[in-house]
Amino acid sequence: MEQKLIFIKDTDNSQDRINDFYAFFLNALKENKLDQAAQVVRVADIGIYDKGLVVKISGGANEIIYAFVQEANINDIVCRSVKEDKIIPELLFKDSPKQLRIVLRNCGQIDPENIDEYIACDGYQALEKVVNQLTPEQVIEELKKSGLRGRGGAGFPTWLKWNLTRQAKDIQKYVICNADEGDPGAYMDRGVLEGDPHSVIEGLAIAGYAIGANKGYFYVRAEYPLAVERVEKAIKQAYDRGLLGKNILGSDFNFDIDIRLGAGAFVCGEETALIASIEGRRGTPRPRPPYPSIKGLWDRPTAINNVETLANIAVIILKGASWYSAIGTEKSKGTKVFALTGKVKNSGLVEVPMGITLREIVFDIGGGMISDKEIKAVQTGGPSGGVIPKEFLDTPVDYENLQKLGSIMGSGGMIVMDESDCMVDIAKFYLGFCVDESCGKCVPCRIGGYQMLSVLGAISEGQGKLEDLDKLQRIALAMQKASLCALGQTAPNPVVSTLKYFAQEYHDHIVNKKCRSHKCKHLLNYSINQDKCKRCKVCAINCPVKAITGDKEKGFFIDPKICVRCGKCFDVCKFNAIAKE
Amino acid sequence: MVRAKINNMPVTVDEGTSILDAAKQVQVKIPTLCKHPDLPPGAGCGLCIVKIKGSPKMLRACCTPLEENMDIITHDPEIVSVRRTVLELILSNHPNDCLQCGRNNNCELQSLVADFGIREESFQKFLPDCVKDDSTRTIVLDPQKCIRCGRCVKVCQEMQNVWALSFLERGFSTRISPAGDIKLADSPCIRCGQCSNHCPTGAIVELDETAKVWDALRNEDKYCVVQIAPAVRVAIGEAFGYPIGTNLTKKLYALLRRLGFKAVFDTNFGADVTIMEEGSEFIQRFAHGKGSLPLITSCCPGWVDFMEKFHPDMIDHFSSCKSPHEIVGVLSKTYYAQKKNIDPKKIYMVSIMPCTAKKNEIIRGEEMYASGSQDVDVALTTRELARMIKQAGIDFVNLPDEEPDQMLGDYTGAGVIFGATGGVMEAALRTAYYLLNGKNMDKLELNSIRGLDGVKVAEVPINGHKIRVAVAHGLNHVEYVLDQIRQAEKNGRELPYHFIEVMACLGGCVGGGGQPYGVTDELRLKRAAGIYQDDQGKEKRCSHENPFVQQLYREFLGKPLGEKSEHLLHTHYRALPVYVK
Repeated sequence: MEQKLIFIKDTDNSQDRINDFYAFFLNALKENKLDQAAQVVRVADIGIYDKGLVVKISGGANEIIYAFVQEANINDIVCRSVKEDKIIPELLFKDSPKQLRIVLRNCGQIDPENIDEYIACDGYQALEKVVNQLTPEQVIEELKKSGLRGRGGAGFPTWLKWNLTRQAKDIQKYVICNADEGDPGAYMDRGVLEGDPHSVIEGLAIAGYAIGANKGYFYVRAEYPLAVERVEKAIKQAYDRGLLGKNILGSDFNFDIDIRLGAGAFVCGEETALIASIEGRRGTPRPRPPYPSIKGLWDRPTAINNVETLANIAVIILKGASWYSAIGTEKSKGTKVFALTGKVKNSGLVEVPMGITLREIVFDIGGGMISDKEIKAVQTGGPSGGVIPKEFLDTPVDYENLQKLGSIMGSGGMIVMDESDCMVDIAKFYLGFCVDESCGKCVPCRIGGYQMLSVLGAISEGQGKLEDLDKLQRIALAMQKASLCALGQTAPNPVVSTLKYFAQEYHDHIVNKKCRSHKCKHLLNYSINQDKCKRCKVCAINCPVKAITGDKEKGFFIDPKICVRCGKCFDVCKFNAIAKE
Repeated sequence: MVRAKINNMPVTVDEGTSILDAAKQVQVKIPTLCKHPDLPPGAGCGLCIVKIKGSPKMLRACCTPLEENMDIITHDPEIVSVRRTVLELILSNHPNDCLQCGRNNNCELQSLVADFGIREESFQKFLPDCVKDDSTRTIVLDPQKCIRCGRCVKVCQEMQNVWALSFLERGFSTRISPAGDIKLADSPCIRCGQCSNHCPTGAIVELDETAKVWDALRNEDKYCVVQIAPAVRVAIGEAFGYPIGTNLTKKLYALLRRLGFKAVFDTNFGADVTIMEEGSEFIQRFAHGKGSLPLITSCCPGWVDFMEKFHPDMIDHFSSCKSPHEIVGVLSKTYYAQKKNIDPKKIYMVSIMPCTAKKNEIIRGEEMYASGSQDVDVALTTRELARMIKQAGIDFVNLPDEEPDQMLGDYTGAGVIFGATGGVMEAALRTAYYLLNGKNMDKLELNSIRGLDGVKVAEVPINGHKIRVAVAHGLNHVEYVLDQIRQAEKNGRELPYHFIEVMACLGGCVGGGGQPYGVTDELRLKRAAGIYQDDQGKEKRCSHENPFVQQLYREFLGKPLGEKSEHLLHTHYRALPVYVK
């Protein structure tokens, strides 16, 4: 009998869960004398989120996926499903049909630390086909037909980048996998590297073959230790099987891969800064042209591709360009992985065909809003992106449409916001991120961002003036037009797009000194509802600045001049007598 | 050749010419604060943005090469308004103390702000909280005035290969400082002052010591004497509207007397003495095998400092002869004092130098006190002298010509060419030829070692020998020459050179760190031309022909390399740590 594999992943993120499901499964197998017949694998990503313990059993007649598995179910699963191949209907997971997993095809399906499992899923067949049957030109032609565009954010056609690098004349060329994912809330690359590192290695090797490079680098941020560990292991395994190194798969193609760790600077995801960082210099962007495809790492022609882009390559080669180009929209082919987070029920990585609407992603895949509050907007593209208000939820998602709405596809962050999110606060958060992460090289980004942030700070503290809005627009224009790299050029986007769609909120903050989402604490006013107040004095005792005075007869009052809007009184009042507005 | 249009005017430029440079062809000035003709584009300021007709994007003119058929617009309302915003952003991060600044009336930022007609401050002022660094007592770093254009970092790292200055921190906190946030005096800084010469604002200036000199001049107990370096005479005129390269030697003599100096000497006289000593040193090593070859010149204090820190293995190759102004300094307090019967303690020697490193040289070791007290009391730069002239209310342009004071004032053509790269070598060879052959060369000019090539080599036949010489200027060119020597020594091959001249600054002293601002190659060549013209017009053009030098040896020193010369005119070198702490 073939050995069965039991993949487990606890998708419940609440902190108090410390159940050692792995040990429970091992025990259950042992008790049923099945420890030779099945193997338990803990995976980093199983492609299902917020569904409690997810268990996937493969190797039997049918693949079985269970969700919300409890400790008490484990023995049952082992007895019935592992031993007898029977399904337990009440535990069965029902997947949303809207997802289409190409990049994440293996994530959660295979043991990422075992190359055999990747190979069993057609792994490295594309590399084999490429090095033994296709010329580099044919590989590039295939990519051209597939319509694949860079998934790092800008959507530059991948074939074109490869072709430019291929045509640059030099004896030494490089390919780099950009895994310096840094957008707040985004973890698509991490998911792929931790869940299926071999697919990226294969993509990188094919890229090397296509452009004529014999050396590739992984540039991974050091904050992803598991990804780094798995990529390291995978590279070693690939070397051991002759899938990297000299004369790969009997061809005369040689290819080596090294890992370089990023030290935590967001700007090092920008390709010229990334190159500087690999070279051991200060990670700051340099002017383009020359583009890296002409003059990149160590001044040699270099193709830099994002993790997700590379994870697409092998499938395209194997299944063919026409299969791939049938997915998606006219100009944006294939699928896109999004890290869906925010006020949505099911947060996690989702992979959808291009052209799906935001509404489908949020409501069909994401399961709708987490509370009864209404959706307000979706933020895409991370700190370089913008907010898309709910009126545009039916827009099909692709590079062009998002740009038209003032946001960008970006690397795939997608944050759902509801009525409790203040748009001034959101703009301040994203801009603050870019101000922190600015390399400081050029004036518009270094000083412009800082000035905008100080203006936003004043607005959120009730110190804003109407002319500040012009000032924001003016600096934003200078940053967009005169910054050297994409970080500075796009940093004002969250401000510009919130100004465009939520001007009224800015107005409220400036003119009425009100934050309707109660996020900007300087604009909050706490008062005591005398009808509800029971004169228990708890608020007055707990107030850290003694802003609450009074006595049982006259009642208690908050002095707004002393109050620091900490919200302590609101939290401690048992009678809902503290009003916040 | 590339043919394109700028502001609808046709331009034809060499391939690779930047839009910024191409625009000059059609008399269009594109503003920039970070691009300097000496340096590769830094793309830091964001002011040089231009548009391609029909595209909303803006490009940086400094680093975008003009391409065939490009249709460039350099000025339109949007471009100008973005530039204005960027400029105002710079101002929001820059103190408003122009009136007290060392660069007042001579500041690139100030004149640009004036050009743009900026009359008010739109943005809130945020000044970095950092202190001045005057630890070198040579150049003063004022981070508050720094606009982070990065010129000084490029100069220090790429042009001079010193790596004392770098960018620290990132984003709004980015600043210029030695690595590790140490003081400049503890860093590898060699005090060449090229940073101060390239700084567009007052963030790096020479330490102003004019007050010291004014005090000395007003002190009746002091007998103030002065000397001017070769390169000063062809540069000082730039501060008074003269054409670049005008030789103002005789006006300077008159001026210095008006300022109150009791005797006016010329460093060129010291240069003639240097040649007698160094020429003899070369003959000793070359013809008599005493000491190691190649002999390397040591009259540039920046180079000496650089060698002591980075190449101490070359100490044996160094000429032990002091630099010309130190020779005039020690002779003024010994020989001159004796002849004139003046108490040497009363003599106060001021050197007017094109150089900031001279401020450091005058106290570099005990040999600089050979006369019994400090041989040169103050070294002023050309820039400081220009300020003194203006302060004194002297109508410099209309001054009559005067002659220098005798004994330490007259010079030959060989003495003056010390101011240009290759000049020391040329002067030394003129005298070496005479010493070996008993007659002067037929043709005194050695054109192959003139000009601005980074490394210049020549082979000079003297008396059956072939003397191979190399001339390097700009410290990034030195390594190549030194490595050639090391390779030859290591492999026991014949030495590539017998005699090497090194000047720390590009162009030699005419391009010194203490010279008037705005240095370019064109300007270096014009200043050098002024110097070579002076040489050409001299009746005596070889140091050994200087009657006052002959008299000096006859009456006082004895012979070159004699006991008295060794004591007064020679020095020692020692290895210095690159970082003090």
